[in-house]
Amino acid sequence: MDLITQPWPWYVAGPLIGLIVPALLIIGNKTFGISSSLRHICAACIPANISFFKYDWKKESWNLFFVAGIVLGGFISAEFLSANHPVDINPQTHAVLRQQGVKDFNGLLPKDVFSFDQLLTLRGFIFMVIGGFLVGFGTRYAGGCTSGHAIMGISNLQGPSLVATCCFMAGGFIMTWFILPYLLHL
Amino acid sequence: MRNIKYLFAGLLFGIVLVKSEVISWFRIQEMFRLQSFHMYGIIGSAIIVGMISVMIIKRYKIKTLTGDAIVIPDKKFSWGNVYGGLIFGLGWAITGACPGPLFAQIGSGFLVTSVTLLSAILGTWVYGLLREKLQH
Repeated sequence: MDLITQPWPWYVAGPLIGLIVPALLIIGNKTFGISSSLRHICAACIPANISFFKYDWKKESWNLFFVAGIVLGGFISAEFLSANHPVDINPQTHAVLRQQGVKDFNGLLPKDVFSFDQLLTLRGFIFMVIGGFLVGFGTRYAGGCTSGHAIMGISNLQGPSLVATCCFMAGGFIMTWFILPYLLHL
Repeated sequence: MRNIKYLFAGLLFGIVLVKSEVISWFRIQEMFRLQSFHMYGIIGSAIIVGMISVMIIKRYKIKTLTGDAIVIPDKKFSWGNVYGGLIFGLGWAITGACPGPLFAQIGSGFLVTSVTLLSAILGTWVYGLLREKLQH
């Protein structure tokens, strides 16, 4: 049971995630991808006569079941399969983040940045609301996210997916190295 | 009801995301600061396993459970891959979550992430609204 409740190493988690690719193809000819679900939610709830959202989203409803499963999996995992200890991050990362203004290292997310209390502060607004907006806008503009491009696309040897993945990483490096230090200090 | 199998697949994916701490903001920070191999190991080994699986499926013309041929649509390059990719990267480093982990965080009790998710849905919507005006 300890093996289950402890955090899983990369060489267990990575291959399991990779196996989702053939699993979805064999179960029903579906290509792995998460960000499309956000588009389907728009098409289902707020299409507003925008042509990009005028399609039969019900045909793609498997994707919504898939993300609902992720929520459920998150719940089961946190509730029954976890020991709830702090993330064992590199002490250097810990030190730099502390220096840059992060105080809470007890959970999977720093609660002094991500919480309902923080939502009305400038920093909280940027980390949750602006950050989320960039994720949704960027993934759709890029035509996919880490799952659709980095994992599914590169697995299928798609050049555009490799380009997109390199840009994901470049954007992340720019933010982390040059912008985030200022945002954390807000 | 035929969609239940996808719920189950998502459930397993969600468990792995939480158990490997992929949903942790701290893990994403380590990755972008090049201070840990963990995330690179996960994404890299997932790609290798995915790639081998796709090769096997194509080589042996493996069919779906219902006997259909497996078809994976090709992706066409657009400048959106670059601009959108950069924008998503900026957001990924702030929120510490790509779309999959957003859903998993909510399930694992970080209810405040629903705000981030709603904002991501809004971002997708605004993209749809501006699509014709953006360079692709």
